[in-house]
Amino acid sequence: MRPGRRRVLAAGIATLAGAAFGAAVLAQPREKVIRITARKFEFVPEEIALKKGEPVVLEFTTADVLMGFNAPDFKVRTDIVPGQVARVRLSPDRTGDFDFFCDNFCGEGHETMSGKIRVTA
Amino acid sequence: MNESIDRREFLKLAGLGGAVFASGLAGCASMAGAKQDDFYFVQLSDTHWGFKGPALNPDAEGTLQKAVAAVNALSFDPDFIVFTGDLTHTTDDPKERRRRLAEFRDIVGGLKNRNVRFMPGEHDASLDNGQAWKELFGPSTYSFDHKGVHFIAVDNVSDAAARIGDPQLAWLKSDLARQDKDARIVVFAHRPLFDLMPQWDWATRDGAQAIELLMPYRNVTVFYGHIHQEHHHMTGHIAHHSAKSLIFPLIAPGSKPKREPVAWDPTQPYKGLGFRGVDAEVQKAAYEITEYPVTKA
Repeated sequence: MRPGRRRVLAAGIATLAGAAFGAAVLAQPREKVIRITARKFEFVPEEIALKKGEPVVLEFTTADVLMGFNAPDFKVRTDIVPGQVARVRLSPDRTGDFDFFCDNFCGEGHETMSGKIRVTA
Repeated sequence: MNESIDRREFLKLAGLGGAVFASGLAGCASMAGAKQDDFYFVQLSDTHWGFKGPALNPDAEGTLQKAVAAVNALSFDPDFIVFTGDLTHTTDDPKERRRRLAEFRDIVGGLKNRNVRFMPGEHDASLDNGQAWKELFGPSTYSFDHKGVHFIAVDNVSDAAARIGDPQLAWLKSDLARQDKDARIVVFAHRPLFDLMPQWDWATRDGAQAIELLMPYRNVTVFYGHIHQEHHHMTGHIAHHSAKSLIFPLIAPGSKPKREPVAWDPTQPYKGLGFRGVDAEVQKAAYEITEYPVTKA
């Protein structure tokens, strides 16, 4: 086999493999992304509607001070640092209403800075 | 009969202050060779100077002074007095924060007993990493010995994330390393070191690491504040006792879905507010707690 033909064959195999990998990636359900802004002293939106078993990515930003997101029922938390996007992945395994709150003391209204995750079937 | 026994008997006979809670390890080993004296200290907490909210406390500008007067009026002069944090109510204004802290310091300057220890709460310290608080009150982490008991003040509030932090945990470890496993140890903290109600911010994120460091010591008791009510809990052999507030009570842990304050009851003013006296029986590593109410002057 000439070197040139071997390269073409190898490239073809690589392309097929790449196509198969791409198909596998495309076949995965895409995670829904929900963007939430944390600001003194509220989350916007403060209610997050989710479906049981549907994975989501929650993306947080803040223009204020260091804040936090903590949803203890799902054991997820993150710092929300000004100038950065914070992400947590969540796949609710039960229905109901679940509280979340800011867990970095952020100012005078910190203690009421909370929200609700509403999970339906 | 020494003074501590006189005091204890007096407290029991007089029924002062209402509930008395005994905490300790009955029958524990004695401290052979060391001379021990029983003693008495007072814990005040969560005074929140600067708070305004008539529905919760229409006497927010007078309750602290009443508590100072009540401590001064105790039948027995305490060996020392400790404030376990949230001396002031939080403000985003650094100038106002310093003003409130200074006013608080001036008011408690009226305490007859001059041996007063202070600790910050998150309202005092979390917005500036304790900077203003330390300017007025000094280090927020320290230890001292008193009549055979080793006291340790742990700062779990200057970090806005409610962490003690690795440097302070390393300090705690080295401080404890100088103590016998049988030493009498009392820890002061603002937040609970254990997970009382993390969803209500009633926890310390790395508190379990502090408890792990304390666990090898057989006689450890923790006094803390933050939750604005009396509460008693054991993590293994370590007892944790929270103190009442001097501004407004909060509801019992888990009693409602969300944390909330208890409204002022005009028919029972100052209900749920108070401070405590702690009668330390060093030999038994036992602490008899007497809760005192705040009343109208």
